[in-house]
Amino acid sequence: MRILVLAKPVPDTYGQRTLSLETGLADRDADVAVLDEISERALEVALAHAGDHDGTEVVVLAMAPQSLQASLRKALAMGAHDAVQVVDDALVGADAVLTAEVLAAAAQRTGFDLIVAGNASTDGSGGVVPAMIAERLGIACATSLSSASIADGEVRGERASDGATLTVCAALPAVISITEALPDPRMPNFKGIMAAKKKEIETLRLGDLGVEALPDDVARSIMVEASERPPREAGTIITDTGDAGTQLARFLVANRLA
Amino acid sequence: MSTPQDQTILVLLDRGPDGQLAASAAGLLAAAVALGTPVALIVGEDADALAERAAALGAARVLTAPGDQDALTVPAVDALQAAAGHVTPAAVIAAHSVEGREVAARFALRTGAALALDAVAVERDEEGIVARHAAYGGDYLVTSAATFGAPVITLREGSVDAPPPGDGAGGDIAPEVLDVTPSEAPAARVESVEPAREASDRPDLRSAAKVVSGGRGLGSAEQFALVEELADALGAAVGASRAAVDAGFVPASHQVGQTGVSVSPQLYVALGISGAIQHLAGMQTASTIVVINTDDKAPLFEIADFGVVGDVFTVVPQLIEALRSEGSS
Ligand SMILES: Cc1cc2nc3c(=O)[nH]c(=O)nc-3n(C[C@H](O)[C@H](O)[C@H](O)COP(=O)(O)OP(=O)(O)OC[C@H]3O[C@@H](n4cnc5c(N)ncnc54)[C@H](O)[C@@H]3O)c2cc1C
Ligand SMILES: Cc1cc2nc3c(=O)[nH]c(=O)nc-3n(C[C@H](O)[C@H](O)[C@H](O)COP(=O)(O)OP(=O)(O)OC[C@H]3O[C@@H](n4cnc5c(N)ncnc54)[C@H](O)[C@@H]3O)c2cc1C
Repeated sequence: MRILVLAKPVPDTYGQRTLSLETGLADRDADVAVLDEISERALEVALAHAGDHDGTEVVVLAMAPQSLQASLRKALAMGAHDAVQVVDDALVGADAVLTAEVLAAAAQRTGFDLIVAGNASTDGSGGVVPAMIAERLGIACATSLSSASIADGEVRGERASDGATLTVCAALPAVISITEALPDPRMPNFKGIMAAKKKEIETLRLGDLGVEALPDDVARSIMVEASERPPREAGTIITDTGDAGTQLARFLVANRLA
Repeated sequence: MSTPQDQTILVLLDRGPDGQLAASAAGLLAAAVALGTPVALIVGEDADALAERAAALGAARVLTAPGDQDALTVPAVDALQAAAGHVTPAAVIAAHSVEGREVAARFALRTGAALALDAVAVERDEEGIVARHAAYGGDYLVTSAATFGAPVITLREGSVDAPPPGDGAGGDIAPEVLDVTPSEAPAARVESVEPAREASDRPDLRSAAKVVSGGRGLGSAEQFALVEELADALGAAVGASRAAVDAGFVPASHQVGQTGVSVSPQLYVALGISGAIQHLAGMQTASTIVVINTDDKAPLFEIADFGVVGDVFTVVPQLIEALRSEGSS
């Protein structure tokens, strides 16, 4: 079985994240990029299955600028067998629909039995790319899984839906997305890091995939304006000396918040 | 020429596990009223029974479609496609819920429409319909538009206020049953549905005017009850940090932050939460922020309007007591 893991490099949330006020796009030069934590968990699901099932191949796929290749190296160091990166200048500012079209085409070209993604990225956090890939490829889709078991010919799990948990089952080939309720990802070990250095990362361009960034008949979503939120003003900080609860109550009442 | 108010805004309404309209319905229809004439779409068994409620919330027309309840997402996408073909909308609006956003996104991809995700407001400008987004946890406010055609917009739950009750046209409305051609797209099967343990009569986290959240500092699930007690004294919803969720103090649906719920209430009270950047991402746009933490260096103090350096287990009981005597005086 071949499992394709969608691995997105994102600006590190522990650092400052910047949007260009001119283009409204993520400023990929200004920020430190990391492999998204939820993508690492998706990879962990695939690697854990591969560890228990001989003959399972794990391939990571990313649509990302060349400069962010380190994220794919990390995925290889964690244990992925192969990596595919879609790189094209025409993809700068790609919206979620175009991203899904590109990843779907690359997935089809690479071949897979199962696609594993995160439920939502930590930058765009649209939470829709996996479902759109299923739509484009005409395959079943089970997203927002807080548990997942992969078997021959099907995948089953608990879907953390709106106000309910659903048990769902999809026949393969399928797309799943997982939530952060799934186990923490493994750390790359020394052997993995050394092996990853030697691996070739396959690079695909839009032309290889037959996808057009701006076809006449497909509308795209564009940013027309961006502004920074003004910083918050400093407030009152008190140290409790026995009556802080009472003082806080007074503050809430005075501000009609009680 | 038709005026903007004549334009149809197609609104996909979510249903809760009990089959009723989800709480997001009022905000979705209120957003649509501001753009044009809202036409509601309700999918699934007994959808007709919900038409009156949708009309009371502002829908001028109600379209319904049955749909295989056991097939995930696909029947709703097919219904939305049929509805759009029927009414030629100027925009499609759905909730940015797990179910709503996927239906909207698949519809957008299927029909080549532009997709605006997780909008906190929708408006018209000279160019047409635009969506506003709070990007990177509210650090930025971004406006998006479609290059052409009717945009498909998913609206953050709780971001648009419901109109005061009794405002809608309401009353008798005859639902129009759509003729849906199934796409035959493969779908996952739903084998069982377990409704979430209903959190009593507390307000819903996403739309609450007040939120009280607890973090790792609460120490245990038993002691987390203190958060609930203060929430009840204030009439607030209960939130949590990821550390509190990971430790099993509360279910994941209460998580506020980057990978949890984004809230923008009048009042946000943080108890025993340090203020990691991923937590701030979900609450820093609250109007008033109150922080109680033993560590005066906790980053959350930097954005607090009122901060108490102190132990939640002494400060909060005193606060609740003071609020009670305030209420009775
Ligand atoms: C602040 C901001 C706001 C945005 N608003 C919009 C908007 O309103 N409408 C719109 O169409 N686009 C929007 N975008 C663009 C959109 O986020 C990007 O197109 C992005 O590449 C895909 O969407 P996502 O990150 O939201 O994916 P999600 O659907 O949240 O991602 C889920 C999973 O899909 C996989 N995945 C997603 N992208 C990739 C990738 N490039 N490579 C590998 N795997 C991937 C990962 O497994 C990920 O965990 C916005 C981007 C930003 C930064
Ligand atoms: C990709 C990613 C996504 C994330 N998403 C989220 C998210 O959505 N939401 C989120 O919250 N986190 C998220 N996190 C985790 C985040 O980085 C922090 O680990 C988390 O927010 C810490 O939670 P906390 O403040 O409760 O715990 P801690 O950081 O451990 O803070 C506990 C605080 O309690 C105080 N305290 C202890 N005892 C008491 C007492 N008796 N009285 C008063 N104060 C006391 C301590 O001084 C301390 O400041 C994410 C992380 C990553 C990497």
